This record gives sequence, structure tokens and C-alpha cells, in this order.
Amino acid sequence: MGETDADPDPGKTTQTMFTLNYPRIQIPFEITLWVLLASFAKIGFHVYHKITVWVPESCLLISIGLIVGGIMHSVNEDPPAVLTSSAFFLYMLPPIVLDSSYFMPTRPFFENFGTVLWFAVVGTLWNSIGIGISLFAICQIEAFGVQDINLQENLLFASIISTVEPVAVLTVFEDISIHEQLYIVVFGECLFNDAVTVVLYNLFNHVAVMPEVEAGEVFLDIGSFFVVGLGGVFFGLLFGFVAAFTTRFTGKVREIEPLIIFLYSYLAYLSAELFAISSIMAIVTCALTMKYYVEENVSQHSCTTIRHVINMLGSVSETLIFFFLGVVTITTEHEWNWGYILFTLLFALLWRGLGILVLTQIINPFRTIPFNFKDQFGLTYGGLRGAVSFALAFTLPESIGHKKLFITGTIVVIIFTVFIQGITIRPLLKLMNVRKTNRKQETISVEIHKRLMEHTVAGIEDLCGQWSHYYWKDKFMKFNNQIIRKILIRDTRPESSIVALYKKLELQNAMEILDTMSGDISAAPSLISLHEEIKNASKSRKKFLSSDVTSMHELLSKNMYKIRQRTVSYTNKHSLPNDITAREILMRRHTSLRRSLRAGSFHGTNAAKMSQKFLSLPMGQSLNSGFPPRRFGHTGERIYSIIAVIKPSHPLVLVAKQIQHVFHIDTVMPLASSVNMLGEQNEEQRGYRTSHLRSNISHSGHQTSNLPYGSSRNYSDKDCEGWVQEPQNDVQQPLMRRPH
Amino acid sequence: MGSFQSLPDNHQYRTLSQKTGFSLEQIGILHNRFKQLSQNEETLRRDDFKTIQDLESNPIRSQIIEAFFDKRNFQKDDVGSVQEIGFEEFLTVMSYFRAPTHHITDEQREEMRRAKLRFLFNMHDTDNDGTITLEEYRHVVEELLSRSGALGRETAKGIADAAMLEVASISVGPMAPDEFFEGITFEQFLKILKGVEIETTMHIRFLNMDTTVLCK
Repeated sequence: MGETDADPDPGKTTQTMFTLNYPRIQIPFEITLWVLLASFAKIGFHVYHKITVWVPESCLLISIGLIVGGIMHSVNEDPPAVLTSSAFFLYMLPPIVLDSSYFMPTRPFFENFGTVLWFAVVGTLWNSIGIGISLFAICQIEAFGVQDINLQENLLFASIISTVEPVAVLTVFEDISIHEQLYIVVFGECLFNDAVTVVLYNLFNHVAVMPEVEAGEVFLDIGSFFVVGLGGVFFGLLFGFVAAFTTRFTGKVREIEPLIIFLYSYLAYLSAELFAISSIMAIVTCALTMKYYVEENVSQHSCTTIRHVINMLGSVSETLIFFFLGVVTITTEHEWNWGYILFTLLFALLWRGLGILVLTQIINPFRTIPFNFKDQFGLTYGGLRGAVSFALAFTLPESIGHKKLFITGTIVVIIFTVFIQGITIRPLLKLMNVRKTNRKQETISVEIHKRLMEHTVAGIEDLCGQWSHYYWKDKFMKFNNQIIRKILIRDTRPESSIVALYKKLELQNAMEILDTMSGDISAAPSLISLHEEIKNASKSRKKFLSSDVTSMHELLSKNMYKIRQRTVSYTNKHSLPNDITAREILMRRHTSLRRSLRAGSFHGTNAAKMSQKFLSLPMGQSLNSGFPPRRFGHTGERIYSIIAVIKPSHPLVLVAKQIQHVFHIDTVMPLASSVNMLGEQNEEQRGYRTSHLRSNISHSGHQTSNLPYGSSRNYSDKDCEGWVQEPQNDVQQPLMRRPH
Repeated sequence: MGSFQSLPDNHQYRTLSQKTGFSLEQIGILHNRFKQLSQNEETLRRDDFKTIQDLESNPIRSQIIEAFFDKRNFQKDDVGSVQEIGFEEFLTVMSYFRAPTHHITDEQREEMRRAKLRFLFNMHDTDNDGTITLEEYRHVVEELLSRSGALGRETAKGIADAAMLEVASISVGPMAPDEFFEGITFEQFLKILKGVEIETTMHIRFLNMDTTVLCK
């Protein structure tokens, strides 16, 4: 960058070709460099896989930060003022909280809501007060020389270090596929105890700087605790609904949809800060409400963008914070006091353990799945301290005499827990064989039966005239469907979660196949189908036959699908959908209809990581090796095909076929429409033409799909949003049809 | 069976309590409900269930109602169905939905699980041949999806078929080209649902609960 003067001024010195103007760009430049440095560190860790398995990322980041801090210290530079109150609370904390709350799996969360709240609120209170009082007791001991720390200050310090931070723990939990209940409780607890801590912090802060404590003031503060918490929730709900409402109208301006989400969340946060109510609660509630409705309204691209950006921002914030933790550790002045700090550490661990023990004993009777001792150990040991503690320590008011001591203490606790507990938690949990989740069992059968159970239970409850949590869920869902959705969502077509699951599995398998298919879609058809012995069709007892491989031909070669993968709920908050829009399987129709179906929202399904292979069709021949495509034998045979997804090496044709089936476009593919296998009585013989599918589609006795070509009865012509299901009668989820 | 007067008959309650595992208080509450449903008669008929409004919108209500009249659920090793049931049978069917208490042994837990799953199995296996055939399964899936209304019968069938195949592959393994798959037997059913915590999902809290509404 150079600036040269236009005309020479006699009084000036010689012009220069190149000038440096550092102060102008200093701030953005430094910020960029720091972020880049932290990102390099992060990239570097993953170069060698084993590291991140055994050592949580936060440890590594702190270590790098320590190194950089050492370097800076040796050249006597000051670290950037990242950890001032405003910078942290206004810029760095919101993305983290948004990230956590956006990827919170809602259904298990609400099912465990009571437990989460119990641990978060009561647990944090217990910890803070316990640690505070014990530290105060320690302070009385003359040997440590810290007698001038009064009770309020101790309580303040205690509230800072009792907040737990989920990042490292959750990664470990995910890696070892821990029991979902435990995961959700830890996750939820961390989220909410941030809010509680901040409130407590402000409370004690207020109290600590007062020369004398009046009882009335204290009660007022306790009352304000509730106001703050509930106020935050209220704000969050408000902004969440407004955001959802706004997205209803953004049909034509898709590009700003992600922006709406971020803006509204941030606005919720800031407004709450304005009124000094719990901004964390506000943003959490906002994200939770928004997510449900917004993800139905926005386009697929926007949805992906939102998720990616939120993930990115959260990740960047976390990285930066841990990094600076390391840096600042070296560069600040410390006040060290062996006794106080070691006892702090001890009490932090002790009280957390005690707290979990006691609280679990109290709440276990209310839980359907009680926590056993291993779970409790996991909960206790997983209480790592992190970012929020750190920032709060730095924002302590100067009037507190031993601020440096507190900062040192906090840093020690954080580093201890992150390093020692973070590294050892994984082998310990594995050793103890904590309850795992059975995620791979989430197959169609299971989903169906679970739903059946729910219905049965709901039915029996109606019979008994008793209420239980299904009642509230049903009530809410009914209210939701009738009123809220109509207002907030552009078009309301709820879909059964079983179908959603089915489609999702199909799609995933399809995508898997696609992913591993190299080359373009050629006419290499193969299809798994089931032969049906027609002669048994008339009998009431149906038999399944195992399959025979048949091939389909260039039926599909000319037809490709445009797929929009709809949103999936995750338990692993860092797993995002693959961006598959680059690869499409397009389906060209004779009249070049453009169809868009919305696959429906998979909100709240409990399946996280689905098994990739949900159906393994028994195969006589080997599936893995690509079998040579055989020309399909025709009219003599009756072929009833069924969706089967197997190994990824399976040819593409199958994929397209299933997808088509999944999305109910079965007039095009005679094969797809033949899923009603095992004979209706009027199932006639069908022959498959291998030529263009347009003509000569013999309609089987299908009631619903007797569409003439080119009709768009099933599909509405949206602007390529997603997949839309055709509503038939009144479209409501079974659980919600409860007349009042 | 005897007639139940309006005053709780403690002796009978006690035998019932032993048999079904409910507490006396719970039996009292359920008895009141029974009387309300049956309009103070001694027996309950299928029509009486129609008075329950909320049940009408349940997609599998017919199966639920039928389960009450299914003799297999009365723990008497009988088959077939009856037209009317008394309080004892009502209670027996309800007992399938009891929550496991905290202090039961693993064996008892396993037994309870089996009993609940057997109940579910019986709900589907309408012809009582010991297997859930494809047709029965399809019927179930159709019922389930019927209220959502967004799908045609074909998708429902497709789903049922897919699920059936899945069970086949899990339980039977790769089959030769000409083997038959009859249907899901009870053992296979157990196997499929091995991972699901039935005893905790399929239960009702039979007393009034206020505080426990939000905890799972």
C-alpha cells in the first residue's frame, strides 16, 4: 500500500514510493492475525489424528496459547485486550451459546428438562455456596495469610469457578457414544449454568462491593434472580417468534435468511443485556424456538448456511478464548498463595462430587431412567471449567483486593480440570464401561414400535383418565399445529416422523452410494428386487421370498433426481449434513416438470447417527462386488421390487429408484410403483419396458398414484425449495388429533 | 368375582394387589375409573370405550380396545376374545403398564420386559398364530400413518415391507433364494427391540403426578 502525493509540495520531504500505514489497519489486522493463528493451531492438531483423540482440543489450544504467551512476554508485548468485559460478553460469548443451543437436540432435552434445570440451578447454587463457605473457613486460618477476604468475596469467587463448560466433555462423550441421557444432562446443565452463574456473579458482585450487607437487599437480589431468569426466557421467546414470523415472508429474498437468524438471536442477547436480565437464557430460548419454525420456512441452502455459520462462529470463539487463556496466563501478574489456591482446587472437585451425589439421590425417584453411580461419576468428572469462568474472573471489579489471586486461582482450576480431567476422562469412562447408547439400533422397526408404544400408552392414559408427560406434549403439539404453525410457517404440512425417518434413511443411503460412485451416471443398472410367487398371492398368508438380482436398464440412465436433503436433528453437534447439492440426480420427465417436494422436517426425531445400512437384503450373490448388469428379463416375470439399500458399491440406478420411491414419484418408474409387493389380489403381471419409461407404463392397481403423465397433482411447483409432501386428507400428526 | 360395592372391598383389593402389583390406592383409583367408564355396571364392553373422546383420535385405538378384550392378556393362558370384561381383567391389562420400581432384581425386570413386549406383540398378532405376518404388520403401519394423511397406502406398504425385510435380515440372516420368511416371531420381536428400554418407556404413572411431569 503506498500513497504518493499528487503534486510535490516544496516543504515536504521526498516522496516515497511505498509507505506503511500500520495504525490505520492495526485493529482489524491484528484481530485477523490472531484468529488465523488460532485456526492454524486447530488445523495443526488434526494433522496427527491420534492427538485429538487422547487430548482434548482445548488442552492443545491452551498449550499453544502458553507458548505464544511466553514469546510475547519475552519480547515484552502486551496481549490484545480481548478479555475486557465488553469484548468478551458482547462478542465472544454469544456465538458460543448460540452454537450450543442451536444444536441442542430438542426432544431429549425437553424430556429431561426437569433434571437439567435441577442440576443447573440447584447444582450451581450448591457448588457456589459450598465452595464459598469452605473457602471462607479456610481464610480464617492464619497461616495462609488471606484473612482479609470476606465472605462476599469468597462467594463471588466461588460462583466464578463453579460453572462448567461443555466443550471438551461433550466431544469425549460423543466419541465414546455415551448414553444419551447423560449426554443431554451434561449439555443442558452447562448451558443453563452459564446463565445461573452470571446471575449469581452479578448478585455477589453487587453484594461484595457493598460495605455492609442488608438483609432486605439480599432478598431483593434473590427475587431478582427469578426475574432475571424468566425475563430472559420471555425475551428469547419473543424474539424467536418474531424471527420465525419474519422468515415466513422471505420467500423471495432467500439470501438474507441466514442473516435474519443471526440478527434476531443477537438482538435478543443485546436487548436482554440492556435490561440487565439473563442474556444467555434469552439467546438460548430464542435459538430453540426459532430453530423449529425457521428450518421449515427457509430454503435448503439457507438452512445449511445457517448451520455452518453458527458452527463456525462458535468454534472460532471457543478457539480464541482458550488460546487467550494460554496467552494471558503467562502475561498477567499473578498472586500466588499456595494454601488458598490448592484448597480452591480441592473444594471445587469435592463440592461438585458431593453435589452430584446428593442431587442425584433426590431426583432419581422422579426419573424414569435413574442415574447409577457410574453416570454420576461421569457427571462429576466431566465438570470441566472453561471460558466463562475465565472471563468472569477478568471482569472482577478492581475494588476487590485480591483480584489477582482470584484470577490466578481461576486459571489454575481451569488448567487443572481441562488438562488432567480432560485427558483422563476418556480412558476412565471407557474403563468403567459407562452405559452406552444404542444408536445403531434405530431402524425402521424400532421407530415404528416406539411410536406404537407411545400411542398405546397415550391411549391407555386416556382410558385411565390420567395425565402424564404425554398429555402436555400432546397439548402443546395440538396448540402448535393449530395456531402457531399457521402463523409462523409458510405452508404447514407436518409429516409423520416415521416417514421422515424412512426417507432420511433412504436418502442417506442414497447419498452414500452417490458419494462412492465415481464417474457419471451411466447405464449400469442393477436393482434389487424381490420376486414374489404370485401363486400364493391369493392366500391370506403372505410369504417373503428372498431376492434375486435383476437389473434395470437405461430406464434410469436418462433420469436423474434433484434431491434436497432436508434437515436432520443431531446429537453430535458438530456433524453437519454433507453438502450434496453439487451432486444431483436429476430426473427428467417427458414434459420436464419441475417438481419440488419437501422432505418434511425431521425435527425432533431421536435418531442421531443412523445406521447407514438399514436394510441388508439377503443376497445370494455378493453385493459388494459389482455384479454385472443383466438385461432384465421381461414380461414373463413379475417383479416386485422393494427398496433396499445395501453397500455403497451398489450401482447408481438403485439409488435413483429408491429416491424416487421415497418421494412418491412412482408413476414414472414402474418399478418404483411396484412396491406394493406381495400381491393385492388384483396385482397383475407387469412387464417392464426398458425403453423410455414415458410410454407404456402399466399402472398397477394403485389408488393414489394413477397419475397421467405430466400432471402435477402430487407436487406443487415451488421454486425448488425442498420436497413437499402431498397432503391428502387433513394433515395432522396422529398424536395431535385430540379433540379438546 | 363378586360384586363391587361402592365401598372399597379391601379383601378383594388385596388379592388383586398381590396379583397385579398395584397398590391399594391405585386400585381404588382405577376402580373408580372403571365404574365411570362402565356407568356403574359390573362389566365393561367395547362400546363403553367409545365414550372416551381422546381415545377416538388415537390411530391404533381399535387395537388398544381389542387388547382389553383379548384373553391372551389375562394371564390365564387362554385365547380368543370376549365381549365384556370385569374389573379384574381390566386391572390385569393395566398392570402391563406399571412402572418398574427401583428395587427389583434383574430377573424381575427382564420378566416385566417380556410381559410388556408380549402385550405389544399380541396387539399386532391378531390371528394368534405366533407370528406377525406381513399383512398384519402392514395393517399396523397403515393405521399409524393414516392420521398423518400425507401418504398414500403405497408408502405405508413400502415402509412395512422394508421393515419386514429388515427384521428378516437381522434375525434370519442371509437367506437362500427360495426360502420363505414367515413373519416375525416373538423371539425375533424381542431381538429387534432389544435396545429399547421398554420397561421405562411403556409405563404410566398411576397416581396423580404433579411434580414428576417434567422429569423423565
